[in-house]
Amino acid sequence: MAEVQAPDLNSRVVIVGAGHAGGSAAAFLRQYGHTGPIVLVGDEPLAPYQRPPLSKAWLKGEADAESLSLKPAEWYEENDCRLILGASGTALNRGARQVTLSNGATLDYDYLVIASGARARMLPIPGAGLAGVMALRTAADAETLKAALGPGKRLAIVGGGYVGLEVAASARALGAEVVILEREPRVLARVACEALSRFFTDYHEARGVTFELSAGVEAFEGANGKVTGVKLSDGRVLPCDAVIVGIGAIPNDEMAKAAGLECVNGVVVDVEARTADPAIFAIGDVTHRPLPTYGRMFRLESVPNALEQAKQVACALVGRPGPHPEVPWFWSDQYDLKLQIAGISFDADRVLLRGDPATAKFAVFHLQGDLVRAVEAVNAPPEFMMGRKLIEHRTPVNVDKLADPTISMKEVAA
Amino acid sequence: MAKITYVEHDGTEHTIEVKNGMSVMEGAIKNNVPGIVADCGGACACATCHVYVDAAWEGKTGEKSAMEESMLDFAENVEDSSRLSCQIKVSDALDGLVVRMPESQH
Ligand SMILES: Cc1cc2nc3c(=O)[nH]c(=O)nc-3n(C[C@H](O)[C@H](O)[C@H](O)COP(=O)(O)OP(=O)(O)OC[C@H]3O[C@@H](n4cnc5c(N)ncnc54)[C@H](O)[C@@H]3O)c2cc1C
Ligand code: FES
Repeated sequence: MAEVQAPDLNSRVVIVGAGHAGGSAAAFLRQYGHTGPIVLVGDEPLAPYQRPPLSKAWLKGEADAESLSLKPAEWYEENDCRLILGASGTALNRGARQVTLSNGATLDYDYLVIASGARARMLPIPGAGLAGVMALRTAADAETLKAALGPGKRLAIVGGGYVGLEVAASARALGAEVVILEREPRVLARVACEALSRFFTDYHEARGVTFELSAGVEAFEGANGKVTGVKLSDGRVLPCDAVIVGIGAIPNDEMAKAAGLECVNGVVVDVEARTADPAIFAIGDVTHRPLPTYGRMFRLESVPNALEQAKQVACALVGRPGPHPEVPWFWSDQYDLKLQIAGISFDADRVLLRGDPATAKFAVFHLQGDLVRAVEAVNAPPEFMMGRKLIEHRTPVNVDKLADPTISMKEVAA
Repeated sequence: MAKITYVEHDGTEHTIEVKNGMSVMEGAIKNNVPGIVADCGGACACATCHVYVDAAWEGKTGEKSAMEESMLDFAENVEDSSRLSCQIKVSDALDGLVVRMPESQH
């Protein structure tokens, strides 16, 4: 692994991608005493903002643009952080340490941070270009979606992942009719266990959401350029006024790839967020990163991951010891449910249910022998908080105690 | 508007004017005050916005929700005065509030 030479607090840092990871890296660099110029390049028209509320509080009208932003507009100027918005990094000259932007400008760097995130995967089927067929990744997408929702509006959601389910809950709160179309026989098939899938399906159904599972989406139908329905492979057409396609994301790693940096479903980095080029780091959704807890490489899509890697790069550049490695975690809010997930169920050989899903307060533990590898907690902070610690410290648990919700989570260690 | 003083674990103080309606956590994050991490951006899901509220202010910072209690129950370095700063809404009544930070948020 490349070592930082004597850290140069005056080095020129260019960050490509002004999202959660990029914006946070700039903030941590200043917090940790970096004095050199920082340039933050982003292809969206906005300064860094938080995406999680776009499917939750913001969509329901409970948060405004100001609360979405990572830092107030004046922060960048006050902290000598140059924001270049509405422009993308297009090419990288590693020899000359230079990035070319879509507006023709070039920027010289001592250190480059690739923080270009991921983009929504679209469905290559007829009608995908109709107005009203959209993804939810950016604030602009969220504006379009919000305008399409309201009492009596019909929303079709293709893909039953977390973002899809959150949008369904928010759309119901706004009075819209919602149908979720999922290719697999259950929602959250790629990311959660069966018990959790069933729980969420029931909870949404009880609140008026309709599900089409094992559904083949063949085409979007439209009139006058606007979507009017979703055509299924069994021939049915479900009428709708808008479609959200939520079938996953693709890392924006093209510039890195073209510059010869190793990419495997994202830019490959080490535990300091550094690529094989000692002058280039990558952070956030765009990275294929080591997970020390699991001895594996993986691409994560979460705010805690973006923040952890933003800290890693800032520490590496100022010569501080890196942050303590974190157990990956994630949360999701739907209706009055708070889902908190810690860990990833790699190598788990057993699924253990603690509590009764019918009470909407329970947790699912993924165990490997007597070790917890992951926990999915619904309205159950103790299970999440303690589960995260048990995963991190590889503390063996007493499986019988863990299965008994009357025994405190403080007493489940073996 | 309320003037809030954030005291880092090493004693460094940051006094900041925070707008009404924002949370005490947002006041710190938006001003890049070190020591409050706020992984979840205020969703009461992470407990990395943990602070100690000076005793004199306990009545004015509002009641803890069951969720907050439960998160704090399993956080590190918790004391009676512990709060999750994302759950404290700023109003004129909090002018002069002092919050201290734990040694670490993880
Ligand atoms: C609707 C929604 C809800 C979510 N909810 C949660 C949640 O509850 N909890 C959670 O942990 N995570 C959630 N996430 C995921 C979380 O938002 C992401 O993991 C996080 O934003 C990743 O940060 P990033 O900086 O890597 O990527 P991004 O925030 O996507 O930022 C990347 C930025 O770079 C720009 N860009 C791309 N290519 C270039 C280029 N060549 N030049 C310049 N700029 C470029 C992009 O347009 C974007 O602005 C959610 C995401 C979405 C979309
Ligand atoms: S910011 Fe996550 S709990 Fe307060």
